Parts: sequence; C-alpha cells; structure tokens
Amino acid sequence: MTNALEIEGLTKQYGDGFQALKGIDLHVRQGDFFALLGPNGAGKSTTLGIVSSLVNKTSGKVRVFGHDIDTHLVQAKLNLGVVPQEFNFNQFEKVFDIVTTQAGYYGIPLGRAAQSAEKYLKQLGLWDKRNTPARMLSGGMKRRLMIARALVHEPKLLILDEPTAGVDIELRRSMWAFLEQINREGTTIILTTHYLEEAEALCRNIAIIDRGRIVKHTSKRDLLQQLSVETFILDTEQELEGAPTLEGVSCRINNEGALEVDVEKGQGLNAVFAQLDALGIKVVSMRTKANRLEELFLRLVEENASDSAKDLEGAA
Amino acid sequence: MRIEALWVAFYTIVIREIRRFTRIWPQTLLPPAVTMTLYFIIFGNLIGSRIGQMGGFTYMQFIVPGLIMMAVITNSYSNVVSSFFSMKFQRSIEELLVSPVPNWVILAGYVTGGMARGLGIGLIVTLVSLAFTHLTIHNLPMVVITVFLTSALFSVGGFINAMLATKFDDISIVPTFVLTPLTYLGGVFYSIGLLPDFWQGVSMANPILYMVNGFRYGILGVSDVNPFVSLGMILVFIVLLSLVALQMLQRGKGIRH
Repeated sequence: MTNALEIEGLTKQYGDGFQALKGIDLHVRQGDFFALLGPNGAGKSTTLGIVSSLVNKTSGKVRVFGHDIDTHLVQAKLNLGVVPQEFNFNQFEKVFDIVTTQAGYYGIPLGRAAQSAEKYLKQLGLWDKRNTPARMLSGGMKRRLMIARALVHEPKLLILDEPTAGVDIELRRSMWAFLEQINREGTTIILTTHYLEEAEALCRNIAIIDRGRIVKHTSKRDLLQQLSVETFILDTEQELEGAPTLEGVSCRINNEGALEVDVEKGQGLNAVFAQLDALGIKVVSMRTKANRLEELFLRLVEENASDSAKDLEGAA
Repeated sequence: MRIEALWVAFYTIVIREIRRFTRIWPQTLLPPAVTMTLYFIIFGNLIGSRIGQMGGFTYMQFIVPGLIMMAVITNSYSNVVSSFFSMKFQRSIEELLVSPVPNWVILAGYVTGGMARGLGIGLIVTLVSLAFTHLTIHNLPMVVITVFLTSALFSVGGFINAMLATKFDDISIVPTFVLTPLTYLGGVFYSIGLLPDFWQGVSMANPILYMVNGFRYGILGVSDVNPFVSLGMILVFIVLLSLVALQMLQRGKGIRH
C-alpha cells in the first residue's frame, strides 16, 4: 500500500545560511494518526511547510500518496489539507465565504462547495456563525474554522500544525474526538503539538525531530516501552512532611503533596507497599503519571543536544 | 487541474476580489466619484470656461477622456496592490499557495479583479461627466480596447508591486511618486502641443501619454500620438510584465520562504 507521506533526504537552508533541516527521512502510512514532535525551532513547521508548498525545499524528495511534489504537484495538493499554526484567513470575510472560497480554489463548484462547507461547519459547531466575519470569532472558533477550511475538499491527508494551541481543555477534548472520528473514517492525520499528552492520547506513530534531524521514528507503543522506569503517584491518607526512605526505589513529594515513586520495569509494587505499610503510611489511591511521553521526549532531546555538542567539539 | 476546475478557481478569485472592493465601497467606489466631480467643477467649469477651446473641443470635453483614464489606471493598480499585499500581510495568501491553482490562474484572477474595479470606476466617472458635458464616441472599438488593455496593464503592475512589497509603505510609493506624476504629465489636462519642443520630446517617453491619447482618440477623434502605436505599446508591456509576474510567482518571491 502506498504511504500517505514519504520524505527522503529533505534539507532546507534559509537565505541567512541557517540549516533548518539536515536530511529528514520520514514515512507515514495511510490511515495513520501520526505525531511529529520536537522543541521550538526543531524543524517541524519547516518540514510541514515544504510538504504543503509554503516553503521551498533545498533538496530531497517529498511524495504525497505517491505523487512527487516536484513532478506531480497538483495531484499531491489535491490529496492534502493543511491547518497551519497561525491564523491565516482574511479576518474581514465571513466564515461561510472563507470555506467555500477555499473549495473554489480546488475547482469545486459553489453548489458542492456549499454542501461540503455546511457539513464541516456543522460538525465543528460553527454553522450558527456562518455569516459572522472571522475576526469576530473566539480563538477556539478560529482554529475550528481552519480545520473546516482544510477539509472542505475532502483531502486524504490532513496536516495540523499545533491545532489546539491556546484552546481550553473542554474544546481541546472535543477537537480530539472530531479528529479521531475523521481518522476512523479514513483520513490520515499528521499532527505537531507541544501537548505531549495530546500525542499520547491520539497518535499511533511518532517521530521526534530536533535541530533539523529525526532522532526517533517509531510507534508510540515501542517508544513508551523504552521507558525503563515508570512513575506512580500515590495519594496518602495523611500529608507527608518529607519523602520516606524506600529500599530499591527512589521517591519524592510532588507539588500536590502526593508521593511519586519511580519503579523499574518488572520490579513490581508489592515491595513498595510493604515498606510503606511498615512505615505506617496508608495509600488511599494510586495513578500512573500521565505524561510518560514527556519524560521520554525530554530525554531524547537532551541526548541529541549532547551528541550535537560532542560533534561540535570534534569539529573544533 | 481540468479546464472546468480551472474555470471555477478563476472565477472564485474574481468573485472574492469583487466582493472585497464592493464590501468597502466607501473606500473604493465613492472617493473617485467625489474627486472626479471636483475636477469637473473646478477644472472643467470654473477654470475651463476661461481657457477656451483645446484641440477643437471645449476644455471640459478635452479633459473628460483623460480623467476617465486616470481613474481607471489608479483604481486598477491600487485594487490589486492593496488586495494582494493585504493577503500577504494576513498570510491568507497561503490559502492559494496550498491549493492546486496554477500561477497563471492566480495572476489572471487578480488582474480581472483589478479590471473589474478599474472599469467599474471608469463607468462611474463617465456617468458623472455626463452631468457636466455632452460626450460622443468617435471610435467605439478603440475606446473599449484601449480602456480594457490599460486596465489590465496597470493591474499587472499592481500585482508586481504587491509581490515586491514588504511593508505598507512599499505599496504607496509607486502610486504616489511614479503613477500620479506620470498621469498628471501624461496629457490629461493639456495637449502636449502646448509644450516647448524639448518637453514635448520628454513627454513622449511617458507611457501614460499614449494610453490617455489613445482613449481620447476613441472618444474625440483627436490625439497627440498615433493611437495604434499606443495599443501596440500597451500590449507589449502587458506581455512583458505578465512574464515578470509569473516568474516571481514561480520563485515564490516574497510569498514562500
């Protein structure tokens, strides 16, 4: 089966000499929900900008559903919907006009464009605002408008660059549900996000990019299995003044006053509970620390920074 | 893209452009009508009555073609330059860049949008002029072809200006320091036959002189230059500037990193 996106040896050097991408290789399967993660300035937006024709590449190959953007750009674009990081619509135009105009750029006549716009504006809760100028919308509505606009021509691949930035939790959850729904219906989704919890909740495969290089490209499950230590949060009946000394595990009191315990894989929790019991500490509830991916992300980025520093030392 | 899809993309751009300038009609349609009315009252009626005849016509009749052409030139140019630059500024140009619309359709859409405003204003100014003088058409095809091609030429010019502009100042420099002087010195208010030989020669280097006179020939049947030379020059400039604009779009000048 053809991959939804294939990137080979992609490089980008800006006019000022800054090398944003240093040879990216990436592939995203059809139907995947894929996360491209990385710190600010890592090259995420540049990569997606090249895929969506907003940035000129320096070298390398990009194929969207097998269509090379150098030789079959129109076919590649027809398969692609893009939701950028910044609001990029005319603030003075009405919501409905913005979406139907975008459909027109894809050669969709107004009648069909209006039907498609109605479908997505309703699904994203913007139908009541269809005659409102875009500048009057809230931040969350503007983000949803950009999603409706990106979907109006029914692309097979949807790229979202930080789609939930600045969106409140409730709205973020409803956007997650919508994205999961269209993914189930067959749309391949590529997402960049700073909320690693978002990537962990939604995505099946993940690539981590740092300083213009892919430092990890694997499934979320494999990535999480690389965590040799798992952290549990234990809520105790009585507030602890300090972390107890536990044999074989490290522990600390977190900001909420709960006990955080790092347990190595395969170690089991029985010994921990036995020791706490012996110390007279009663545990009333327990949960896994949610942002496991965040820990791994930070570790990989730190490792890459350290490798880059060594490379520089070697070069010097 | 198939031909039907290209046509849909083209008229989508044109309709959006027309929607834009009609939405802000107090800024786009009303001022030229007011300004031209003042020109007709002051230069045509008050001062013109003391000037007497020019080229065998009343001064009012003489300046009407030039004023119509001035309005067409200014509005065709400013429509495209301000619309395309504000799309760059708001980044809504990205809507077009991610879509499969070919560059020549983007250019054709914007130029047609600029022509819609330029010719619309030309019509408004013509109607206003009828309140002050009687107009007869000497050569209708020449009138139509000259005004359409001039509007197209300055729409392409506005497009190139918008591509090159990086800040709002850049879109007012050319209209203020190039277009306005060339238009005023392009025979709108006088026949270059009134000028000394040296300044007549200098005036012949002004491209707007040919457009104003080509249009004046179509309406009054008098011109300082050969009207067919005017048409030829406009066509050559349209082709050259369109090639420049397409090359800039291809490179993504000012719109792609």
